Amino acid sequence: MSNLKDKAIKAILDNKVVILFVLLCIAAIYASKSPLTFVAAELFTRFGRNGFLVLSLLIPVLAGMGLNFGIVIGAIAAQIAVFWVVYWGFTGITGFLLCVLMSTPIAILFGLLVGRLFNKMKGAEMIAGLVLGYFADGLYQLFFLYIIGGIIPVDNPRLIISTGIGVKNTIDLADNLKYSLDTVPMIAILKITFTIMFIAALVKLVLYLRKKNGSLQSIIMLGAAAVLGFALINFIPPLTDFLSTDRLLLLDAVTIAIIILIAYQVWDLINKKLIKKDPHYQITRPLLFIALAIALYFATYLKPVEQILLFVRIPVTTYLCIVALCLFNSLILRTRLGQNMRTVGQSQTVANAAGLDVDRLRVIAMIISTVLACWGQLIYLQNIGTFSTYGAHTQVGQFAIAALLVGGASVQKANNKQAIIGVILFHTLFIVAPQAGKELFNNAQLGEYFRVFVAYGVIAVSLAMHAWKTTVKPKITTAPSSGEEATVAQS
Amino acid sequence: MSTHFLLNMKNISKEYDGNQVLKNVNLQVKPGEIHALIGENGAGKSTLMNILFGMPVIHSTGGFEGTVEINGEQVFIDSPQKAIDYGIGMVHQEFMLIPGFTVTENIKIGREISKPSLLSHLFGKGMETLDFEQMARDARKALSDIGLNIEEYIQVAGLPVGYMQFIEIAREIDKTGIKLLVFDEPTAVLTESEAERLLEIMKVIASKGIAIIFITHRLSEVKNYADSITILRDGEVVTHKDIKDISIIEIAELMIGRKVEKLVDLAEDTRTLSDSDIALSLKNFHVDMPGERVRGVDLDIRKGEIFGIGGLAGQGKLGIPNGIMGLYKAEGTVEIFGKKLDLSKLGSALANGIAFVSEDRRGVGLLLDESIELNIVFSAMQIKDEFLYHLGPVKLLNQKQVRQHALKMIDLLDIRCTGPTQKVGSLSGGNQQKVCLARALTMNPEILIVSEPTRGIDIGAKKLVLEYLAKLNREQGMTIIIVSSELVELRSLCDRIAIVSGGKVSAIVKPDAPDAEIGLAMAAG
Repeated sequence: MSNLKDKAIKAILDNKVVILFVLLCIAAIYASKSPLTFVAAELFTRFGRNGFLVLSLLIPVLAGMGLNFGIVIGAIAAQIAVFWVVYWGFTGITGFLLCVLMSTPIAILFGLLVGRLFNKMKGAEMIAGLVLGYFADGLYQLFFLYIIGGIIPVDNPRLIISTGIGVKNTIDLADNLKYSLDTVPMIAILKITFTIMFIAALVKLVLYLRKKNGSLQSIIMLGAAAVLGFALINFIPPLTDFLSTDRLLLLDAVTIAIIILIAYQVWDLINKKLIKKDPHYQITRPLLFIALAIALYFATYLKPVEQILLFVRIPVTTYLCIVALCLFNSLILRTRLGQNMRTVGQSQTVANAAGLDVDRLRVIAMIISTVLACWGQLIYLQNIGTFSTYGAHTQVGQFAIAALLVGGASVQKANNKQAIIGVILFHTLFIVAPQAGKELFNNAQLGEYFRVFVAYGVIAVSLAMHAWKTTVKPKITTAPSSGEEATVAQS
Repeated sequence: MSTHFLLNMKNISKEYDGNQVLKNVNLQVKPGEIHALIGENGAGKSTLMNILFGMPVIHSTGGFEGTVEINGEQVFIDSPQKAIDYGIGMVHQEFMLIPGFTVTENIKIGREISKPSLLSHLFGKGMETLDFEQMARDARKALSDIGLNIEEYIQVAGLPVGYMQFIEIAREIDKTGIKLLVFDEPTAVLTESEAERLLEIMKVIASKGIAIIFITHRLSEVKNYADSITILRDGEVVTHKDIKDISIIEIAELMIGRKVEKLVDLAEDTRTLSDSDIALSLKNFHVDMPGERVRGVDLDIRKGEIFGIGGLAGQGKLGIPNGIMGLYKAEGTVEIFGKKLDLSKLGSALANGIAFVSEDRRGVGLLLDESIELNIVFSAMQIKDEFLYHLGPVKLLNQKQVRQHALKMIDLLDIRCTGPTQKVGSLSGGNQQKVCLARALTMNPEILIVSEPTRGIDIGAKKLVLEYLAKLNREQGMTIIIVSSELVELRSLCDRIAIVSGGKVSAIVKPDAPDAEIGLAMAAG
């Protein structure tokens, strides 16, 4: 009994930041008197907008470089590309892909430089990143305010200040890049996926014929699945119609997710229990999942839930990008590179003694993070639809980091789950705080202050805790009571 | 047969900033033997091993002289990676393990097994997926080779300290083509039974043809387990023998060595020391200083005595003064002239007439960015409210008095400086040490504790510092406690020397005690 109690207390203490913010969010939603449908719709929009940026922070944490305030640099790379693409007049998904194509090399270069710099100031990466963000902002302003128009001739009255030197404060993306990624229909994505699958099968086949490794059967299965999938979405009209929309009704999304979940569990059950006869396989787990999924499905018929589900429409492609990044973040752990980064993150001395090139791994981590942040900023800009030339990147680092920390992450440890929870909680607070301030104090500005206070406060507290934890000498006494204290204080 | 050596290091010499640490050292190790490398701290063992491993510290300070041969072939090792490639492995004294990783992951650090994936064809080896099953199999094999019965998938974090050493060994064993393993004081942190087990494992490894260099301070282990021995003293090889041709007593003697140089000319001794007149008394004294733990020390130091505390590094001799001064958490009783000290209060030792010159000059001893004069008066000002004007509740620094006193001290101790306002950080080591001493003396202490008084200072300054200590003792009757790793200086100055080993006093000896007695006391552990 007491064991259970201890466990519960530990769980609460481990998640105290998250619990605190959940309570705060509930209170704020209640106080703001905003309809839930509105909050939910806003939240899904903001999740699509910011999720990618927050997830781009995870790799440097893995490599022990702390929270990467340097993602501002990635955002700058994105914005440089956006400016030129708008100037050249490309629109829609072509424009967006061109942005990606153009900004990625810039981001790689920036990431390389940032990584090199961080290697020169090990242990102070976060403060270096923060200051570097301000410094880069200065160069960015020089570029956009003077060099564009002043040195590089650019003639476009919509973009350039009337004197002919410097870029205007705001660039409207409404009729070029706005929603360019959000509106890519599902069918396009599926077609691309199946094509990639087919090409992968071909590559594998070539490799198989040359080296005779792997199994031919699985290669053929992959190829067949690709062809079949392609045929299905192309030649069944209702399916084609359904997939051709760009926004998915949340109700449909939930239904699809439930079907996939159940299908996967059933397949897993049959595969492991009946075909492979794995003795360690527990049958209770998949059954529990299936029961839960069915319960969830019936919950969608509840009036308030249904209201939300019928109200919210999610941009599928953007969400798929976020899912892909989550997958990337967890799959990299299973690769040599990821394992080496983990080693470096845990102890540079040990990594060095094991013959790993610590500096190189750290630079790679920074390059990955900067490139991802750059893509994240592109997603952000195409969703928000206006590009504030001198302001869009300035808060990127702080807000993304605050969101990650709200999700329960710390300087040494962060994962996908924490990032997702963090984005949800942080942005819920963002959405309802001004309204709550207005309802409670008759002053929306107070709520605004509060949310800014939360953003900076959570960063300050968590960094202070990190600093305190690293400077405070661990107690050596063997008494269990003090050990208990230490773990509590550390969490 | 006898000419075949796996490792042959010939005429190795190395100097750091003009300070010769190795002189024409030869080290020869045969395949499959356990070769003990013995020497006091600072004898040059670690420098020799750093050369073998091509550590950056060697090559960034001008390299070394001499040659290294492996299997009769001359090699040039300039990075740890190269040493690993030549089949040289090291079991580190401080564990090179990552607590958050599993046993398998730790064994396979940097040498993960992976299989190619589709992405790795595009992005290179980094994207290969890890083959956890094969890694686990290898780890299990390495573990069973050394007879360690733990699951390879558990985290290292919760394991007992003794196991970690074994995991390190398993890692070295797992490396293919390992020929030479260096064990750097592997038993220092182990319990007796764990140590025994480790030594047995060493024998098993050696029987497979892997040569072992065994660095230790425990002489009984050497006698029982090693096949041959090289003893280093002051950077030179004093002997190289088969273990059966040498006794423990001889090893101890050779390790310490009779050093004839007289460091200090002492004034005539007119003191009378009495066993009933105790200046400082320690009872069941424990100090929790990491790396220098004190585990129950009883000492009585007579008034007017110069008392030495010696011992090897890491055995706890430094913990004693740091514990008394309250710099680390201490337990037990400390009495000063019969008055009990409140150990929980920092500065209570200072207030009770003990002054301390720390071994950590730059960290604890000095305010490097402040002037010489402020450094000299700092403690007295803080603890005793001296050198201050008192204007009601406000206290102001009495600049004139400070200057006067500083000039007096600079003159007295011959501190070489541009003036009392020079920053301490820009002084040489010897002069910094004199400033520390001046500050301690400004406290007018009854008992002066000096920790490593001559560490990092040149021979001239060394003599002056030691002579001044003797003078203080003879002329003012000050009780002086010297903690030092240099036996010579303890011997030339002290009335009695306590040898600390394993956090306890293993012997209290006369300064003219035979080398073997001191050597054995040091190695009792």
